[in-house]
Amino acid sequence: MLEINNLHAELEEDSEVKILKGLSLTINPGEVHAIMGPNGSGKSTLSYVLSGRDGYEVTEGGATLDGADLLDMEPEERAAAGLFLAFQYPVEIPGVGNMTFLRTAVNAQRKARGEEELSAGEFLKLVRAKAKELQIDADMLKRPVNVGFSGGEKKRNEILQMAMLEPKMCILDETDSGLDVDAMKLVSDGVNALRDAGRSFLIITHYQRLLNHIKPDVVHIMSDGRIIKTGGPELALEVEENGYTDLLAEAAT
Amino acid sequence: MMPRAKLVQQKRDAAAAWLDAHALPEGGVWATKARKAAEARLREMGMPSKRDEYWRYSDPRRLTDAAAQSASVIDTGDAQPLFDQVDRVKLVFVDGAFDAAASDAPELAGVEICQLGDAARSDLHWAQDVYGVLEARGQTPVARPLASLNTAFATAGLLIRVTGQVQRPLALIYRRSSETADALMHHVIRLDAGAELTLLEDGPVAARYNQVTEIDLGDGARLHHIRAQGRDHERVGATHLFARLGAKAQLKSFTLSANGALTRNEAVIWLDGSEGTAHIAGACVGDGAFHHDDTVFVNHAAPRCESRQVYKKVLRHGAVGVFQGKILVDQIAQLTDGYQISQSLLLDEDAQFLAKPELEIYADDVKCSHGSTSGEIDANQFFYLRARGVPKAQARMLLVLAFLAEALDEIEDDTLAADLRDHLEAWLSRRA
Repeated sequence: MLEINNLHAELEEDSEVKILKGLSLTINPGEVHAIMGPNGSGKSTLSYVLSGRDGYEVTEGGATLDGADLLDMEPEERAAAGLFLAFQYPVEIPGVGNMTFLRTAVNAQRKARGEEELSAGEFLKLVRAKAKELQIDADMLKRPVNVGFSGGEKKRNEILQMAMLEPKMCILDETDSGLDVDAMKLVSDGVNALRDAGRSFLIITHYQRLLNHIKPDVVHIMSDGRIIKTGGPELALEVEENGYTDLLAEAAT
Repeated sequence: MMPRAKLVQQKRDAAAAWLDAHALPEGGVWATKARKAAEARLREMGMPSKRDEYWRYSDPRRLTDAAAQSASVIDTGDAQPLFDQVDRVKLVFVDGAFDAAASDAPELAGVEICQLGDAARSDLHWAQDVYGVLEARGQTPVARPLASLNTAFATAGLLIRVTGQVQRPLALIYRRSSETADALMHHVIRLDAGAELTLLEDGPVAARYNQVTEIDLGDGARLHHIRAQGRDHERVGATHLFARLGAKAQLKSFTLSANGALTRNEAVIWLDGSEGTAHIAGACVGDGAFHHDDTVFVNHAAPRCESRQVYKKVLRHGAVGVFQGKILVDQIAQLTDGYQISQSLLLDEDAQFLAKPELEIYADDVKCSHGSTSGEIDANQFFYLRARGVPKAQARMLLVLAFLAEALDEIEDDTLAADLRDHLEAWLSRRA
């Protein structure tokens, strides 16, 4: 599904700032991978480089989605190809209704893939059903995108977008940050409902607690722009108990 | 710098030259009196000049030149004209002259409509209390010579008196046929106490036009005014809207401008009675050789009135936007609620926005705020939309419409607002 090979990236405006330094990773269809790591290890940069945000220069290596060169595509092409990034900080867009936004996105992707656009009626039916599962009420759908939403509402709105867009490869960037226990459960249930054999997840998180709800198949520890250790779910528990210090020391030797 | 006396003389010479070349229209007693007074005002003030502080950001030359420059007439290609799905009485002007054949019968219960040209021939008319009267009052604190010129010479326009609560909108449709027509148009709209009207104006009027609209709202009267200024690129125009509001009267006025080489829209509002409400808003989109100037003066002359000014401009490829807006609160106008915002969205580095917001307050218990900003498309919002699969051009359009939304939200009627929004979206997508 997603294959990242020896990826190197630096800041576009300052080539001295090298963030990804040879990161490699393979995620097979249906797998859930988690990336953990201390602040500044490059986790969020990885999500931005994969989704196509401006400001980063890839100097070496590459990334493919189902064999297609991701880095060669515009952000909207990556989305239409099935990549989805749940933002750490979902963006507020005053003046654009949430419903308009969702419908525009869904139909733009369908159009790009050569599929028929959804009619207003079909869309409404679909969005109401999915919103209900995430306890997103009609008012939240009517309001401008993320404007006046609480932290938990913003994250639920991200998962609603994911549910509507049905991507193949979902990247969740610190989706647990700013969530209380109930919101975490809602968000996790939303993600788990989307798990299937054809869909993969990459979950970026600081903490193990999200992984109690969304059980990963593989856990990677990232530090200084590279994966320094890969293991099963037990690796996340080890981090939770002992912190990163031992792992980092081990990697340094 | 040119000495002040010399500038004044030059301006007066320019006015004298113009007046010498044009004879005042013949008419009855009331109109002749109003026209002579306006002519005298113009002679005293002189023509506007780029050196006037009041014309600092917009060069008036193309409005004051002896003849209009040629401006091609565009076929908008719109499948459906603006406001077409609204049941309305349509009155059509072509190049600024009334076209009776193309118009509906000017019959609307609760409304008296007559042509300025006809009314001006009689010796007495109700319009004499308004025609040129509000314009004359609007000459302080700053001179607006183009409006006096209009009062003196305009023969086209409508005198509209509303006595009841009129549900069906009155639509003035301005079409063009000539590439060089130079139009003067002057409307007077008077709403008796408690009367209500929705007035729609749509179209580019003429290659060059000078339009004055005087609005007199009696106590508790409500006027809803929505105007769209067409999409012709080369036309130039100056409009003045003078409005006087009685107690508890309401004025809501919205203007949409797209294209146009030069547009100067002035609005002068007097809140004369307590608890009046004036909301004036404008949205404009300019691309290339486009200069758009909103110049607004709101005078709170009575207590407990509310005013809002909301202006949004989207500019690119060298387009220039100007906003000069002032709120003047008289000493008597306690508990005034005044708000003013002017914002521009600059789509590239060539576009320019010039703003001069002013507050002048003599009452001590008021709530007034103003703000002005210039910005570009927000990179985070743009990326967020694209990351969800929305292509660049469509993402940019969504954000442009979102930016304009605050001004469009000032339109009370949802059907009319949605219609304007849909047309705007169609125009923008053709340009994207």
